[in-house]
Amino acid sequence: MQSFDYIAPKSAEEVIALLANKNGDALILCGGTDLLVQLREGRRKAGLVIDVKHIPELTQITFDPQNGLRIGAAASCHEICSNPNVNKYYPGLVDGVHLIGGVQIQNRASVGGNLCNASPAADAIPALIVHEATCNITGPNGSRVLPVEEFCIAPGKNALQSGELLASITVPAPQEKFGAHYLRFIPRNEMDIAVVGAGASVILDDEGKRFVSARIALGAVAPTPLLASDAGAFLAGKAVTRENIKEAARIAQSMAKPITDLRGTAEHRKHLCAVLVERALEKAIERAGGQHVQ
Amino acid sequence: MSNKTHITTNINGEEVQFLCEPHQSLLEVLRETLGLMGTKEGCNNGNCGSCNIILDGALANSCLVLAVEIQGRSVTTIEGIATSEGLHPLQQKFIEHAALQCGYCTPGFIVAGKALLDQNPNPSEQEVREWLAGNLCRCTGYDRIVRAVMDAAKS
Repeated sequence: MQSFDYIAPKSAEEVIALLANKNGDALILCGGTDLLVQLREGRRKAGLVIDVKHIPELTQITFDPQNGLRIGAAASCHEICSNPNVNKYYPGLVDGVHLIGGVQIQNRASVGGNLCNASPAADAIPALIVHEATCNITGPNGSRVLPVEEFCIAPGKNALQSGELLASITVPAPQEKFGAHYLRFIPRNEMDIAVVGAGASVILDDEGKRFVSARIALGAVAPTPLLASDAGAFLAGKAVTRENIKEAARIAQSMAKPITDLRGTAEHRKHLCAVLVERALEKAIERAGGQHVQ
Repeated sequence: MSNKTHITTNINGEEVQFLCEPHQSLLEVLRETLGLMGTKEGCNNGNCGSCNIILDGALANSCLVLAVEIQGRSVTTIEGIATSEGLHPLQQKFIEHAALQCGYCTPGFIVAGKALLDQNPNPSEQEVREWLAGNLCRCTGYDRIVRAVMDAAKS
């Protein structure tokens, strides 16, 4: 591997100072499951690697019913998926995070890293998008908040400006009659990269028979994980019916701009969009306590 | 230019000190500095599980851990699985079930199996298969490995 210096600071302020001092020649290390591979293959270069796993703010997972969930950017997938509050209130998030690699990767990889790596096929990102999660970014000019759907800007590129750090991710507090789900298609049973991924969340009316609102997000069908806002908007105010679910899936499908690559053809991916969005919606509706209207 | 860092850590129950460069993986240091050759290099990118170690109780790919990261931590490698009394039940069951052919992936599977049984002494077959999904074997077809782990759980 190319040589670099290593430092493990204890505070976000130290990281910001180091990033400013290095002026673009530093990279942030969380679990290293993407970064170390990229450094080894020469796809990324840095004079300094900053390990942020010793900063409490970046590793903690906190929850309260008013403010929701705050996931430190370096918290491991295992810590997230084994957190009782995450399991109880955000099963749709666990769906996505749990799919990232096997046990070894789950123990090291972070959701912050999954976001910063900005893969179009990242499994955590559509799940975060449908939960209306936001990125808490800190930098030399203070802090800012960015919706997750605006964080990835191109394959492998994120919205962080030079000197900025993704500190944590906030997921809003769970609402009544909310449900979410993420699933993907892969040709094997596990340990693969999504051919297509689809997330959906719904808020239903008190009777569970009408959509108050919905969000649908797709992975691996565009240069970045995609919020299919038209598909979600279509469902608002509509009855929970097979026809409306199918129409939302069709709208989401029409927004996908997939390419053909070694994992699948554009045509296959288009087909999968409709199938997976429909299934994601059905599961989200079930979790929200909904029922179909005949 | 040498930029060596002094690391004090615990490996297989004993305090160990070594010098490493910041870019060296734990895998590289285990094998080339400490002579612990049981941990294997397969893909060197986190796909195959040949380099599995247990880091503070959690299974990890040592190719994806920097050696400098283990300062003050606790690492178990394949060399730390057997005791002075003999083989670990997993090792014994791998022999009895012939759960290996070329043997290259075996240390990784045994370390993964130990990490599983440490936290779930009575796993279902499905749990064993899911747990071992991060380990690749090109000889056995996995069935014998799964059976060995299930049998070790029973004993």
